Amino acid sequence: MLIVPALLGLAFLVLPLAGLLARAPWSTMPRRLAQPEVLEALRLSLLTATVATVLCLLLGVPLAWLLARVAFPGRRLVRALVTIPLVLPPVVGGVALLLALGRRGLAGQWPAETFGVSLPFTTAAVVVAEAFVAMPFLVISVEGALRGADDRFEEAAATLGASRWTIFRRVTVPLVLPGIVAGGVLCWARALGEFGATITFAGNFPGVTRTMPLAVYLAMETDPESAIVLSLILLVVSVAILAGLRDRWVAAP
Amino acid sequence: MGGRPVTLHARLIVERPRFRLDIELTVAAGQVLALLGPNGAGKTTALRAMAGLTPLTDGRIYLDGGPLHTMPVEERPIGVVFQDYLLFPHLSALDNVAFGPRCQGAAKAAARRTAGEWLERVGLAEHAAARPRQLSGGQAQRVALARALAVHPRLLLLDEPLAALDAHTRLSVRSQLRRHLSDFDGATVLVTHDPLEAMVLADRLVVIEDGTVAQEGTPGQVARRPRTDYVARLVGLNLYRGTADGDGVTVDGVEFSVAEHLRGQVFVAFPPSAVALYRTRPDGTPRNLWRARIEGMERHGDNVRVHLGGPIAAGADITPAAVADLGLSPGQDVWAGVKATETHAYPA
Repeated sequence: MLIVPALLGLAFLVLPLAGLLARAPWSTMPRRLAQPEVLEALRLSLLTATVATVLCLLLGVPLAWLLARVAFPGRRLVRALVTIPLVLPPVVGGVALLLALGRRGLAGQWPAETFGVSLPFTTAAVVVAEAFVAMPFLVISVEGALRGADDRFEEAAATLGASRWTIFRRVTVPLVLPGIVAGGVLCWARALGEFGATITFAGNFPGVTRTMPLAVYLAMETDPESAIVLSLILLVVSVAILAGLRDRWVAAP
Repeated sequence: MGGRPVTLHARLIVERPRFRLDIELTVAAGQVLALLGPNGAGKTTALRAMAGLTPLTDGRIYLDGGPLHTMPVEERPIGVVFQDYLLFPHLSALDNVAFGPRCQGAAKAAARRTAGEWLERVGLAEHAAARPRQLSGGQAQRVALARALAVHPRLLLLDEPLAALDAHTRLSVRSQLRRHLSDFDGATVLVTHDPLEAMVLADRLVVIEDGTVAQEGTPGQVARRPRTDYVARLVGLNLYRGTADGDGVTVDGVEFSVAEHLRGQVFVAFPPSAVALYRTRPDGTPRNLWRARIEGMERHGDNVRVHLGGPIAAGADITPAAVADLGLSPGQDVWAGVKATETHAYPA
């Protein structure tokens, strides 16, 4: 009874990947891979996704800790706010980032006028857009891990004279490390695939903001075979990294 | 620090919905105080309050004359051994013990050296590199003790330190724990629900029931003169409250003659082994004798514990041979008598 829909579901998930492989221009593959635009986009994608993930870890892990360990009024509201980028269409996120951090934005106007520094349409903007969209994945994952961890270990550490920072660093983080790594991987994968917020907030400039998803979209219009190659590369890189980490960290207990 | 006499004075008040803890404790330097009580009596709450892990609703804690209750947990000169030890699973036994000294500002190498000495003292030097999950229950308990003592606490708090161990291990760990506690010169408060553990390890007992002190004294005093049914059950005595008139005590219509000359409200206690059962009314004094009904019988060591109902509830320990001779069975009416020499009375 359940096998048929289960197999249909599997086919639904696997078929597009098969299509990608079937239509790949294998004969011209080596030449296309070596094209400087391709390598440029790949490099940019890996770089921005990694920097965005580091940014998410630096800000998101303490945020998850705050939500999981500190009782404060309005915690439910803050938790709801954190998940907004998760449900917001990424293009809308990009527009919102422009309105906040753009040249005339809430927080962007002052640095633009004072130092002539402007964030949109730079590589940094790509990182910001990706981090904005990907951070909720990390926060939710780490908060879940923190809630599942026994906080009495932290009490034990306190009785041994550990300050809050020491407890966080030497007890809390090591205990929930699998959760942090899992959240980081999700976050990285989401950042790598980011399209809507990036193209809205950072634009589509070769070598500066044109990441792999943008390059795929652009190639679809002019050179579909090239789009297939780019898609394959993105697929292989994602699967390789997820598989590499999965066995060590993300494996179901 | 070190060697200076420490005294703990605490009045602990913790209020929760449907529960109130209100106890007063005094522990002298080098003394071990056991908080004994049934589950839910508030023992662990009292311990957590002293550690600062549960906030006091009211009250105060003075250690060596200085206030402890105003300090945050991490600044209190305490060592805590938790019921399930809470050894950090990601650290080796050595690093678990070194954690406290590190937090107190010792350099990494010095902290690990101190930790190594402590592990040696508890006899686990060769397990220094082991992770907690590789240790047996008894070993984990000793690492937890070493970890708590390595910060040189002035107040050592132990929450059911042997409860997680199997019966065989408990015996050897208990004697080791006793040795380490006698070496410790600060004040020790131990929480337990096991009377034997309390008697063996503690210099003084405080029995807590329903959040208040039900009885306190030396183990001997508490064992000989229980003041609540809970304590009487723990130490295996039959306990009654009655009225004394100088040379006898009346408990619910049953008269007891006792050695002590008392008047007014008193407790009467006697061990189940002092009770004898008869099919017919024995001759002699009408005192220390009552008509009872057998409500149940069970194996109790080498003897049979007979649960008696009637004017007063009592337990009687008699030999299996006597059970057979008398043809005892539940539901039967018998005469119960108790030796006056084994019946003790003391003021209520």
